[in-house]
Amino acid sequence: MKILVAVKRVIDYNVQIRVKEDGSGVVTDNVKMSTNPPDDNAIEEAVKIKEAGKAKEIVAITIGEEKAQETVRKALAVGADRGIHVKVDNVIEPLAVSKILKKIVEKENPDLVFMGKQAIDDDCNQTGQMLAALLNWPQATFASKIEVKDNALEVTREIDEGLETIEVNVPAIVTCDLRLNEPRYASLPNIMKAKKKPIEQINASDLGVDINPRIEQIKVEEPPKRKAGIKVASVEELVQKLKNEAKVI
Amino acid sequence: MSVLLIAEHNNKEVRPFTYNAITAASQINEDLHVLVLGYQADDVAKSLSEVSNVKKVIHVDNEIYENYIAENYTSAIIKHAENYSHIVSSANTFGKNLMPRIAALLDTSQVSDIIKVISEDTFLRPIYAGNAFATVKSNDKKKCVTIRPTSFDPADKSGGSAEITKSDPAEASPSTKFLKKEEVKSDRPELGTARIVISGGRGMQNGENFKLISDIADKLNAAIGASRAAVDAGYITNDHQVGQTGKVVVPDLYIAVGISGAIQHLAGMKESKVIVAINKDGEAPIFSVADYGLEADLFEALPQFLSELNKLNTIQK
Repeated sequence: MKILVAVKRVIDYNVQIRVKEDGSGVVTDNVKMSTNPPDDNAIEEAVKIKEAGKAKEIVAITIGEEKAQETVRKALAVGADRGIHVKVDNVIEPLAVSKILKKIVEKENPDLVFMGKQAIDDDCNQTGQMLAALLNWPQATFASKIEVKDNALEVTREIDEGLETIEVNVPAIVTCDLRLNEPRYASLPNIMKAKKKPIEQINASDLGVDINPRIEQIKVEEPPKRKAGIKVASVEELVQKLKNEAKVI
Repeated sequence: MSVLLIAEHNNKEVRPFTYNAITAASQINEDLHVLVLGYQADDVAKSLSEVSNVKKVIHVDNEIYENYIAENYTSAIIKHAENYSHIVSSANTFGKNLMPRIAALLDTSQVSDIIKVISEDTFLRPIYAGNAFATVKSNDKKKCVTIRPTSFDPADKSGGSAEITKSDPAEASPSTKFLKKEEVKSDRPELGTARIVISGGRGMQNGENFKLISDIADKLNAAIGASRAAVDAGYITNDHQVGQTGKVVVPDLYIAVGISGAIQHLAGMKESKVIVAINKDGEAPIFSVADYGLEADLFEALPQFLSELNKLNTIQK
Protein backbone atom coordinates (compact mmCIF):
# COMPACT_ATOMS: atom_id res chain seq x y z
CA MET A 1 0.00 0.00 0.00
CA LYS A 2 0.94 3.59 -0.48
CA ILE A 3 0.01 6.19 2.09
CA LEU A 4 -0.22 9.93 1.52
CA VAL A 5 -0.03 11.97 4.72
CA ALA A 6 -1.03 15.62 4.78
CA VAL A 7 0.67 17.90 7.31
CA LYS A 8 0.09 21.55 8.14
CA ARG A 9 2.38 24.17 9.63
CA VAL A 10 0.68 26.05 12.45
CA ILE A 11 1.55 28.26 15.41
CA ASP A 12 3.05 25.97 18.06
CA TYR A 13 0.47 24.72 20.55
CA ASN A 14 2.37 26.23 23.48
CA VAL A 15 2.38 29.78 22.12
CA GLN A 16 0.08 32.30 23.75
CA ILE A 17 -1.93 33.69 20.83
CA ARG A 18 -1.97 37.48 20.39
CA VAL A 19 -4.56 39.26 18.29
CA LYS A 20 -3.31 42.04 15.99
CA GLU A 21 -4.43 45.49 17.02
CA ASP A 22 -5.94 46.27 13.63
CA GLY A 23 -8.22 43.22 13.89
CA SER A 24 -6.82 41.63 10.73
CA GLY A 25 -5.72 38.38 12.36
CA VAL A 26 -3.31 37.03 14.94
CA VAL A 27 0.38 37.79 15.27
CA THR A 28 2.51 35.25 13.39
CA ASP A 29 5.78 37.18 12.97
CA ASN A 30 8.60 35.78 15.12
CA VAL A 31 6.24 33.20 16.59
CA LYS A 32 7.31 29.57 16.97
CA MET A 33 5.71 27.35 14.33
CA SER A 34 5.35 23.55 14.38
CA THR A 35 3.53 20.71 12.72
CA ASN A 36 -0.15 20.61 13.64
CA PRO A 37 -0.15 18.10 16.56
CA PRO A 38 -2.62 15.46 15.23
CA ASP A 39 -0.75 15.53 11.89
CA ASP A 40 2.21 14.12 13.83
CA ASN A 41 -0.05 11.25 14.86
CA ALA A 42 -0.99 10.74 11.19
CA ILE A 43 2.65 10.44 10.17
CA GLU A 44 3.43 8.15 13.09
CA GLU A 45 0.59 5.81 12.18
CA ALA A 46 1.71 5.62 8.56
CA VAL A 47 5.27 4.82 9.67
CA LYS A 48 4.00 2.10 12.02
CA ILE A 49 1.99 0.51 9.22
CA LYS A 50 5.05 0.58 6.98
CA GLU A 51 7.21 -0.92 9.73
CA ALA A 52 4.64 -3.71 10.07
CA GLY A 53 5.25 -4.48 6.41
CA LYS A 54 1.79 -3.37 5.31
CA ALA A 55 2.79 -0.26 3.39
CA LYS A 56 5.50 0.25 0.79
CA GLU A 57 5.74 3.99 0.53
CA ILE A 58 4.81 7.05 2.56
CA VAL A 59 4.52 10.42 0.86
CA ALA A 60 4.20 13.52 3.06
CA ILE A 61 2.50 16.58 1.61
CA THR A 62 2.03 20.11 2.81
CA ILE A 63 0.37 23.13 1.29
CA GLY A 64 1.59 26.58 2.20
CA GLU A 65 4.27 29.20 1.96
CA GLU A 66 7.97 28.39 1.50
CA LYS A 67 8.58 27.65 5.17
CA ALA A 68 5.79 25.06 5.27
CA GLN A 69 8.41 22.69 3.87
CA GLU A 70 9.77 22.35 7.42
CA THR A 71 6.80 20.17 8.30
CA VAL A 72 7.47 17.86 5.34
CA ARG A 73 11.14 17.71 6.31
CA LYS A 74 10.12 16.69 9.82
CA ALA A 75 7.85 13.96 8.40
CA LEU A 76 10.75 12.70 6.30
CA ALA A 77 12.91 12.57 9.43
CA VAL A 78 10.46 10.27 11.22
CA GLY A 79 9.98 7.91 8.32
CA ALA A 80 8.21 9.33 5.27
CA ASP A 81 10.00 8.41 2.03
CA ARG A 82 9.51 11.55 0.01
CA GLY A 83 7.72 14.86 0.15
CA ILE A 84 5.52 17.18 -1.84
CA HIS A 85 5.20 20.89 -1.20
CA VAL A 86 2.36 22.71 -2.91
CA LYS A 87 3.15 26.39 -2.79
CA VAL A 88 0.50 28.98 -2.04
CA ASP A 89 1.14 32.50 -0.87
CA ASN A 90 -1.97 33.15 1.14
CA VAL A 91 -3.89 31.21 3.74
CA ILE A 92 -6.44 29.09 1.93
CA GLU A 93 -9.67 27.50 3.14
CA PRO A 94 -10.14 23.76 3.79
CA LEU A 95 -12.28 23.46 0.64
CA ALA A 96 -9.38 24.78 -1.45
CA VAL A 97 -6.93 22.53 0.41
CA SER A 98 -9.07 19.49 -0.34
CA LYS A 99 -9.29 20.44 -4.03
CA ILE A 100 -5.50 20.61 -4.21
CA LEU A 101 -5.16 17.31 -2.35
CA LYS A 102 -7.60 15.71 -4.78
CA LYS A 103 -5.35 16.69 -7.68
CA ILE A 104 -2.33 15.21 -5.90
CA VAL A 105 -4.23 12.01 -5.06
CA GLU A 106 -5.17 11.61 -8.74
CA LYS A 107 -1.51 11.92 -9.63
CA GLU A 108 -0.03 9.78 -6.85
CA ASN A 109 -2.76 7.14 -6.53
CA PRO A 110 -2.31 6.39 -2.83
CA ASP A 111 -4.42 3.70 -1.16
CA LEU A 112 -4.81 5.71 2.00
CA VAL A 113 -4.71 9.39 2.91
CA PHE A 114 -4.04 10.25 6.56
CA MET A 115 -4.15 13.63 8.26
CA GLY A 116 -4.94 15.16 11.65
CA LYS A 117 -8.59 15.50 12.54
CA GLN A 118 -8.37 19.24 13.03
CA ALA A 119 -5.83 22.02 12.67
CA ILE A 120 -5.29 23.87 15.92
CA ASP A 121 -5.17 27.27 14.21
CA ASP A 122 -8.51 27.64 12.41
CA ASP A 123 -10.10 24.73 14.33
CA CYS A 124 -12.18 23.94 11.22
CA ASN A 125 -12.12 20.13 11.26
CA GLN A 126 -13.10 19.88 7.57
CA THR A 127 -10.30 18.93 5.19
CA GLY A 128 -10.34 15.12 5.49
CA GLN A 129 -14.08 14.84 5.16
CA MET A 130 -14.10 17.25 2.19
CA LEU A 131 -11.37 15.33 0.40
CA ALA A 132 -13.27 12.08 0.99
CA ALA A 133 -16.37 13.65 -0.56
CA LEU A 134 -14.54 15.03 -3.60
CA LEU A 135 -12.91 11.64 -4.25
CA ASN A 136 -16.08 9.73 -3.36
CA TRP A 137 -14.00 7.67 -0.91
CA PRO A 138 -15.11 6.43 2.50
CA GLN A 139 -14.00 8.43 5.53
CA ALA A 140 -12.99 7.36 9.02
CA THR A 141 -12.69 10.47 11.17
CA PHE A 142 -11.33 10.99 14.71
CA ALA A 143 -9.48 7.66 14.62
CA SER A 144 -7.99 6.39 17.89
CA LYS A 145 -7.18 2.89 16.58
CA ILE A 146 -6.52 1.56 13.10
CA GLU A 147 -6.30 -2.09 12.12
CA VAL A 148 -5.18 -2.86 8.59
CA LYS A 149 -7.07 -5.74 6.95
CA ASP A 150 -7.13 -7.03 3.38
CA ASN A 151 -8.25 -4.07 1.31
CA ALA A 152 -10.01 -2.53 4.28
CA LEU A 153 -9.35 -0.77 7.58
CA GLU A 154 -11.09 -1.33 10.86
CA VAL A 155 -11.12 2.03 12.58
CA THR A 156 -12.14 2.92 16.12
CA ARG A 157 -13.45 6.48 16.26
CA GLU A 158 -13.76 8.77 19.25
CA ILE A 159 -17.31 10.10 19.39
CA ASP A 160 -19.25 12.08 21.99
CA GLU A 161 -20.95 8.98 23.40
CA GLY A 162 -17.76 6.89 23.60
CA LEU A 163 -16.23 4.82 20.82
CA GLU A 164 -17.51 3.64 17.47
CA THR A 165 -15.90 1.05 15.21
CA ILE A 166 -16.39 1.07 11.46
CA GLU A 167 -14.87 -0.73 8.54
CA VAL A 168 -13.92 1.22 5.43
CA ASN A 169 -12.79 -0.23 2.14
CA VAL A 170 -9.52 0.97 0.66
CA PRO A 171 -8.97 3.55 -0.79
CA ALA A 172 -10.01 5.60 2.21
CA ILE A 173 -9.37 8.79 4.14
CA VAL A 174 -8.54 8.65 7.84
CA THR A 175 -8.38 11.67 10.13
CA CYS A 176 -6.36 11.02 13.25
CA ASP A 177 -7.05 11.76 16.88
CA LEU A 178 -4.31 12.64 19.37
CA ARG A 179 -4.82 9.31 21.12
CA LEU A 180 -4.07 7.20 18.03
CA ASN A 181 -0.42 6.75 19.00
CA GLU A 182 2.58 8.42 20.59
CA PRO A 183 4.52 10.30 17.89
CA ARG A 184 8.24 9.53 17.98
CA TYR A 185 11.02 12.07 17.97
CA ALA A 186 13.35 12.15 15.00
CA SER A 187 16.87 10.98 15.78
CA LEU A 188 19.78 13.14 14.68
CA PRO A 189 21.01 10.64 12.05
CA ASN A 190 17.47 10.46 10.65
CA ILE A 191 17.23 14.24 10.54
CA MET A 192 20.47 14.27 8.54
CA LYS A 193 19.20 11.53 6.23
CA ALA A 194 15.93 13.38 5.70
CA LYS A 195 17.86 16.28 4.20
CA LYS A 196 18.69 14.04 1.27
CA LYS A 197 15.16 12.83 0.68
CA PRO A 198 13.41 14.53 -2.23
CA ILE A 199 10.69 17.17 -1.87
CA GLU A 200 8.84 17.95 -5.06
CA GLN A 201 7.66 21.53 -5.36
CA ILE A 202 4.43 22.33 -7.18
CA ASN A 203 2.79 25.71 -7.62
CA ALA A 204 -0.86 25.61 -6.64
CA SER A 205 -1.61 27.85 -9.60
CA ASP A 206 -0.42 25.08 -11.95
CA LEU A 207 -3.00 22.63 -10.66
CA GLY A 208 -5.97 24.35 -12.24
CA VAL A 209 -8.22 24.47 -9.19
CA ASP A 210 -10.18 27.36 -7.77
CA ILE A 211 -8.61 28.25 -4.44
CA ASN A 212 -10.06 31.71 -4.06
CA PRO A 213 -11.54 32.45 -0.63
CA ARG A 214 -15.28 32.11 -0.22
CA ILE A 215 -15.30 33.38 3.33
CA GLU A 216 -14.42 36.96 4.19
CA GLN A 217 -12.73 37.46 7.50
CA ILE A 218 -14.26 40.71 8.66
CA LYS A 219 -12.38 41.02 11.92
CA VAL A 220 -10.49 39.09 14.53
CA GLU A 221 -10.76 40.20 18.13
CA GLU A 222 -9.78 39.15 21.61
CA PRO A 223 -12.39 37.10 23.42
CA PRO A 224 -13.97 38.78 26.44
CA LYS A 225 -11.69 38.49 29.45
CA ARG A 226 -12.81 36.83 32.65
CA LYS A 227 -12.89 38.98 35.74
CA ALA A 228 -10.07 38.07 38.10
CA GLY A 229 -11.21 35.74 40.84
CA ILE A 230 -10.12 35.28 44.42
CA LYS A 231 -8.23 32.65 46.33
CA VAL A 232 -10.08 31.09 49.23
CA ALA A 233 -8.30 29.92 52.36
CA SER A 234 -10.22 26.75 53.09
CA VAL A 235 -12.68 24.22 51.73
CA GLU A 236 -15.27 25.53 54.17
CA GLU A 237 -14.92 29.05 52.77
CA LEU A 238 -15.16 27.69 49.24
CA VAL A 239 -18.44 25.89 49.93
CA GLN A 240 -19.88 28.95 51.68
CA LYS A 241 -18.97 31.18 48.72
CA LEU A 242 -20.49 28.77 46.24
CA LYS A 243 -23.65 28.54 48.29
CA ASN A 244 -24.15 32.14 49.40
CA GLU A 245 -22.20 34.35 46.97
CA ALA A 246 -22.23 32.54 43.61
CA LYS A 247 -25.45 30.70 44.53
CA VAL A 248 -24.65 27.75 42.28
CA ILE A 249 -25.06 24.86 44.75
CA MET B 1 -34.94 30.54 1.29
CA SER B 2 -35.31 28.15 4.18
CA VAL B 3 -32.86 26.51 6.56
CA LEU B 4 -32.43 22.74 6.75
CA LEU B 5 -31.29 21.36 10.10
CA ILE B 6 -29.93 17.82 10.32
CA ALA B 7 -31.29 16.15 13.47
CA GLU B 8 -29.10 14.05 15.71
CA HIS B 9 -30.92 11.25 17.51
CA ASN B 10 -30.68 7.58 18.50
CA ASN B 11 -33.81 6.51 16.54
CA LYS B 12 -35.87 6.75 19.72
CA GLU B 13 -35.01 10.11 21.18
CA VAL B 14 -33.68 13.40 19.92
CA ARG B 15 -30.12 14.00 21.13
CA PRO B 16 -30.12 17.16 23.30
CA PHE B 17 -27.81 19.34 21.18
CA THR B 18 -30.31 19.20 18.32
CA TYR B 19 -32.47 21.60 20.37
CA ASN B 20 -29.60 24.08 20.72
CA ALA B 21 -28.92 23.85 17.01
CA ILE B 22 -32.62 24.52 16.32
CA THR B 23 -32.37 27.80 18.24
CA ALA B 24 -29.34 28.91 16.22
CA ALA B 25 -30.84 27.76 12.91
CA SER B 26 -34.05 29.67 13.53
CA GLN B 27 -31.98 32.81 14.16
CA ILE B 28 -30.59 32.43 10.63
CA ASN B 29 -34.03 32.12 9.10
CA GLU B 30 -37.41 31.49 10.68
CA ASP B 31 -38.47 29.04 8.00
CA LEU B 32 -36.70 26.12 9.62
CA HIS B 33 -37.13 22.56 8.37
CA VAL B 34 -35.65 19.55 10.15
CA LEU B 35 -34.43 16.45 8.36
CA VAL B 36 -34.67 13.17 10.30
CA LEU B 37 -32.68 10.33 8.78
CA GLY B 38 -33.21 7.23 10.85
CA TYR B 39 -34.53 3.72 11.19
CA GLN B 40 -37.89 3.26 12.91
CA ALA B 41 -37.49 6.81 14.10
CA ASP B 42 -41.17 7.90 14.06
CA ASP B 43 -40.96 9.07 17.66
CA VAL B 44 -38.03 11.32 16.79
CA ALA B 45 -39.90 12.91 13.89
CA LYS B 46 -42.94 13.43 16.09
CA SER B 47 -40.94 15.02 18.93
CA LEU B 48 -39.27 17.41 16.51
CA SER B 49 -42.59 18.39 14.92
CA GLU B 50 -43.64 19.65 18.36
CA VAL B 51 -40.64 21.96 18.83
CA SER B 52 -41.83 25.56 18.69
CA ASN B 53 -39.47 26.92 16.02
CA VAL B 54 -39.77 24.00 13.59
CA LYS B 55 -41.94 24.64 10.52
CA LYS B 56 -41.62 21.29 8.77
CA VAL B 57 -40.12 17.86 9.44
CA ILE B 58 -38.86 15.67 6.62
CA HIS B 59 -38.58 12.06 7.72
CA VAL B 60 -36.62 9.46 5.77
CA ASP B 61 -36.85 6.03 7.34
CA ASN B 62 -34.61 3.23 6.21
CA GLU B 63 -32.25 0.75 7.81
CA ILE B 64 -29.29 2.37 6.09
CA TYR B 65 -29.77 5.30 8.49
CA GLU B 66 -29.78 3.23 11.68
CA ASN B 67 -26.23 4.38 12.44
CA TYR B 68 -24.43 7.54 11.50
CA ILE B 69 -22.64 6.62 8.34
CA ALA B 70 -21.63 10.04 6.99
CA GLU B 71 -21.54 8.70 3.43
CA ASN B 72 -25.16 7.51 3.61
CA TYR B 73 -26.36 10.63 5.37
CA THR B 74 -24.66 12.87 2.83
CA SER B 75 -26.33 11.42 -0.25
CA ALA B 76 -29.75 11.86 1.39
CA ILE B 77 -29.04 15.44 2.45
CA ILE B 78 -27.71 16.42 -0.98
CA LYS B 79 -31.02 15.25 -2.46
CA HIS B 80 -32.85 17.85 -0.39
CA ALA B 81 -30.23 20.60 -0.38
CA GLU B 82 -31.51 22.28 -3.54
CA ASN B 83 -34.47 23.83 -1.70
CA TYR B 84 -32.43 25.43 1.05
CA SER B 85 -30.12 28.38 1.52
CA HIS B 86 -28.45 26.92 4.62
CA ILE B 87 -27.65 23.42 5.84
CA VAL B 88 -27.05 23.38 9.58
CA SER B 89 -26.04 20.90 12.27
CA SER B 90 -24.47 20.95 15.70
CA ALA B 91 -20.67 21.10 15.92
CA ASN B 92 -20.22 17.96 17.99
CA THR B 93 -18.67 14.74 16.68
CA PHE B 94 -21.91 14.09 14.74
CA GLY B 95 -21.91 17.34 12.79
CA LYS B 96 -18.13 17.63 12.54
CA ASN B 97 -17.97 14.27 10.82
CA LEU B 98 -20.89 14.93 8.51
CA MET B 99 -21.08 18.56 7.44
CA PRO B 100 -17.79 18.96 5.53
CA ARG B 101 -18.72 16.01 3.34
CA ILE B 102 -21.95 17.79 2.39
CA ALA B 103 -20.24 21.16 1.97
CA ALA B 104 -17.59 19.82 -0.42
CA LEU B 105 -20.24 18.26 -2.68
CA LEU B 106 -22.13 21.56 -2.72
CA ASP B 107 -18.86 23.37 -3.45
CA THR B 108 -19.34 25.44 -0.31
CA SER B 109 -16.72 26.64 2.14
CA GLN B 110 -18.14 25.55 5.49
CA VAL B 111 -18.36 27.86 8.49
CA SER B 112 -17.53 25.67 11.50
CA ASP B 113 -18.51 25.95 15.13
CA ILE B 114 -20.28 29.32 15.23
CA ILE B 115 -21.06 30.91 18.59
CA LYS B 116 -23.26 33.75 17.31
CA VAL B 117 -25.49 34.46 14.32
CA ILE B 118 -24.87 38.05 13.23
CA SER B 119 -26.90 37.86 10.03
CA GLU B 120 -27.90 35.29 7.40
CA ASP B 121 -24.35 35.25 6.06
CA THR B 122 -22.19 36.56 8.91
CA PHE B 123 -21.21 34.62 12.00
CA LEU B 124 -18.88 34.76 14.99
CA ARG B 125 -16.61 31.79 15.60
CA PRO B 126 -13.71 31.04 17.92
CA ILE B 127 -10.29 30.23 16.42
CA TYR B 128 -7.00 29.22 18.03
CA ALA B 129 -8.71 27.27 20.81
CA GLY B 130 -10.91 30.25 21.63
CA ASN B 131 -8.00 32.64 22.07
CA ALA B 132 -9.42 34.79 19.29
CA PHE B 133 -12.91 35.38 17.90
CA ALA B 134 -13.33 35.80 14.15
CA THR B 135 -16.28 37.50 12.48
CA VAL B 136 -16.70 35.82 9.10
CA LYS B 137 -18.99 36.40 6.14
CA SER B 138 -19.78 33.51 3.83
CA ASN B 139 -20.03 34.49 0.16
CA ASP B 140 -21.16 31.07 -1.01
CA LYS B 141 -24.64 30.86 -2.45
CA LYS B 142 -25.49 27.90 -0.28
CA LYS B 143 -24.11 27.92 3.22
CA CYS B 144 -23.06 25.01 5.41
CA VAL B 145 -22.82 25.93 9.07
CA THR B 146 -22.11 23.99 12.25
CA ILE B 147 -23.15 25.40 15.58
CA ARG B 148 -21.42 25.26 18.92
CA PRO B 149 -24.36 23.92 20.92
CA THR B 150 -23.36 25.36 24.27
CA SER B 151 -23.49 28.89 22.86
CA PHE B 152 -27.24 28.71 22.20
CA ASP B 153 -30.12 27.88 24.54
CA PRO B 154 -32.13 24.78 23.70
CA ALA B 155 -35.38 25.42 21.82
CA ASP B 156 -38.69 24.94 23.57
CA LYS B 157 -39.68 21.30 23.10
CA SER B 158 -43.38 22.07 22.84
CA GLY B 159 -45.66 24.60 21.22
CA GLY B 160 -45.07 23.60 17.61
CA SER B 161 -47.18 21.56 15.24
CA ALA B 162 -45.09 21.14 12.13
CA GLU B 163 -46.21 18.91 9.32
CA ILE B 164 -44.21 15.67 8.89
CA THR B 165 -43.52 14.61 5.33
CA LYS B 166 -42.02 11.28 4.39
CA SER B 167 -39.30 11.08 1.81
CA ASP B 168 -37.40 8.32 0.04
CA PRO B 169 -33.91 7.17 0.97
CA ALA B 170 -30.92 7.90 -1.23
CA GLU B 171 -28.11 5.59 -2.22
CA ALA B 172 -26.16 3.76 0.48
CA SER B 173 -22.38 3.61 0.33
CA PRO B 174 -20.99 0.11 -0.21
CA SER B 175 -17.59 1.09 1.19
CA THR B 176 -18.37 1.85 4.83
CA LYS B 177 -19.74 -0.61 7.35
CA PHE B 178 -20.80 0.08 10.91
CA LEU B 179 -19.39 -2.55 13.27
CA LYS B 180 -20.12 -1.46 16.83
CA LYS B 181 -20.60 1.35 19.26
CA GLU B 182 -19.26 1.28 22.80
CA GLU B 183 -21.42 3.74 24.62
CA VAL B 184 -20.60 4.58 28.18
CA LYS B 185 -23.90 4.44 30.05
CA SER B 186 -24.24 6.65 33.05
CA ASP B 187 -27.02 7.86 35.30
CA ARG B 188 -25.29 11.19 35.60
CA PRO B 189 -26.25 14.21 33.48
CA GLU B 190 -24.60 14.48 30.07
CA LEU B 191 -21.30 16.32 30.14
CA GLY B 192 -22.34 18.72 27.39
CA THR B 193 -25.53 19.88 29.07
CA ALA B 194 -24.91 19.38 32.80
CA ARG B 195 -25.49 22.33 35.15
CA ILE B 196 -22.42 21.37 37.17
CA VAL B 197 -19.24 19.69 35.91
CA ILE B 198 -16.40 18.44 38.08
CA SER B 199 -13.23 17.50 36.21
CA GLY B 200 -10.02 15.76 37.17
CA GLY B 201 -6.59 16.07 35.63
CA ARG B 202 -3.18 14.52 35.85
CA GLY B 203 -3.10 15.44 39.55
CA MET B 204 -5.60 12.62 40.21
CA GLN B 205 -2.63 10.23 39.73
CA ASN B 206 -4.74 7.21 38.77
CA GLY B 207 -8.19 6.04 37.73
CA GLU B 208 -9.20 4.77 41.19
CA ASN B 209 -8.76 8.25 42.64
CA PHE B 210 -11.54 9.51 40.36
CA LYS B 211 -13.83 7.99 43.01
CA LEU B 212 -13.13 11.17 45.02
CA ILE B 213 -14.59 13.12 42.09
CA SER B 214 -17.52 10.81 41.43
CA ASP B 215 -18.60 10.96 45.09
CA ILE B 216 -18.89 14.73 44.81
CA ALA B 217 -20.52 14.47 41.37
CA ASP B 218 -23.20 12.23 42.91
CA LYS B 219 -23.81 14.73 45.67
CA LEU B 220 -24.10 17.70 43.27
CA ASN B 221 -25.79 15.80 40.43
CA ALA B 222 -22.82 16.84 38.31
CA ALA B 223 -21.24 15.40 35.18
CA ILE B 224 -17.64 14.23 35.30
CA GLY B 225 -15.04 15.78 33.02
CA ALA B 226 -11.33 15.29 32.54
CA SER B 227 -8.30 16.94 31.02
CA ARG B 228 -6.62 15.36 28.02
CA ALA B 229 -3.71 14.34 30.26
CA ALA B 230 -6.05 12.28 32.45
CA VAL B 231 -7.65 10.60 29.42
CA ASP B 232 -4.29 9.93 27.74
CA ALA B 233 -3.02 8.38 30.96
CA GLY B 234 -6.01 6.03 30.93
CA TYR B 235 -7.57 7.31 34.18
CA ILE B 236 -10.94 7.78 32.45
CA THR B 237 -12.57 7.23 29.03
CA ASN B 238 -12.34 9.66 26.12
CA ASP B 239 -16.00 10.75 26.27
CA HIS B 240 -15.11 12.74 29.41
CA GLN B 241 -12.45 14.93 27.79
CA VAL B 242 -13.02 18.67 27.97
CA GLY B 243 -10.99 20.96 25.72
CA GLN B 244 -10.05 22.06 22.23
CA THR B 245 -10.11 18.53 20.83
CA GLY B 246 -12.67 17.19 23.29
CA LYS B 247 -15.96 18.67 24.44
CA VAL B 248 -16.83 22.28 25.09
CA VAL B 249 -18.86 22.77 28.24
CA VAL B 250 -20.54 25.86 29.66
CA PRO B 251 -22.02 24.79 33.00
CA ASP B 252 -23.15 27.11 35.79
CA LEU B 253 -20.34 25.65 37.89
CA TYR B 254 -17.10 24.05 36.69
CA ILE B 255 -14.80 22.54 39.28
CA ALA B 256 -11.27 21.78 38.00
CA VAL B 257 -9.35 19.44 40.27
CA GLY B 258 -5.67 18.71 39.76
CA ILE B 259 -5.79 20.37 36.33
CA SER B 260 -2.98 22.79 35.54
CA GLY B 261 -5.01 24.65 32.90
CA ALA B 262 -3.26 24.30 29.54
CA ILE B 263 -4.66 26.59 26.81
CA GLN B 264 -6.21 23.53 25.19
CA HIS B 265 -8.17 22.64 28.33
CA LEU B 266 -9.26 26.24 28.96
CA ALA B 267 -10.72 26.27 25.42
CA GLY B 268 -13.29 23.74 26.56
CA MET B 269 -14.45 25.33 29.82
CA LYS B 270 -13.54 28.98 30.23
CA GLU B 271 -17.01 30.22 29.29
CA SER B 272 -18.45 28.44 32.34
CA LYS B 273 -20.37 30.83 34.59
CA VAL B 274 -18.48 30.04 37.80
CA ILE B 275 -15.11 28.30 37.81
CA VAL B 276 -13.47 26.69 40.82
CA ALA B 277 -9.87 25.48 40.73
CA ILE B 278 -8.36 23.15 43.29
CA ASN B 279 -4.64 22.69 42.77
CA LYS B 280 -1.61 22.44 44.99
CA ASP B 281 0.49 24.53 42.61
CA GLY B 282 -0.43 28.14 43.31
CA GLU B 283 1.14 29.23 40.03
CA ALA B 284 -0.99 26.89 37.86
CA PRO B 285 -2.59 28.79 34.94
CA ILE B 286 -6.02 27.41 35.86
CA PHE B 287 -6.13 29.99 38.68
CA SER B 288 -6.08 32.80 36.11
CA VAL B 289 -9.59 31.85 34.95
CA ALA B 290 -10.95 30.66 38.30
CA ASP B 291 -13.50 32.71 40.23
CA TYR B 292 -12.59 30.76 43.35
CA GLY B 293 -9.18 29.21 43.68
CA LEU B 294 -8.15 26.85 46.44
CA GLU B 295 -4.47 26.10 46.74
CA ALA B 296 -4.53 22.71 48.40
CA ASP B 297 -3.69 19.04 48.11
CA LEU B 298 -6.69 17.55 46.34
CA PHE B 299 -6.48 14.34 48.37
CA GLU B 300 -7.23 16.36 51.48
CA ALA B 301 -9.50 18.94 49.87
CA LEU B 302 -11.92 16.58 48.08
CA PRO B 303 -12.97 14.55 51.16
CA GLN B 304 -13.40 17.84 53.07
CA PHE B 305 -15.41 19.24 50.18
CA LEU B 306 -17.75 16.25 50.35
CA SER B 307 -18.19 16.54 54.08
CA GLU B 308 -18.90 20.29 53.82
CA LEU B 309 -21.53 19.53 51.16
CA ASN B 310 -23.04 16.94 53.46
CA LYS B 311 -23.48 19.65 56.10
CA LEU B 312 -25.61 21.80 53.83
CA ASN B 313 -29.36 21.62 54.38
CA THR B 314 -30.19 21.91 50.71
CA ILE B 315 -28.31 21.51 47.46
CA GLN B 316 -29.68 22.80 44.18
CA LYS B 317 -30.31 20.05 41.67
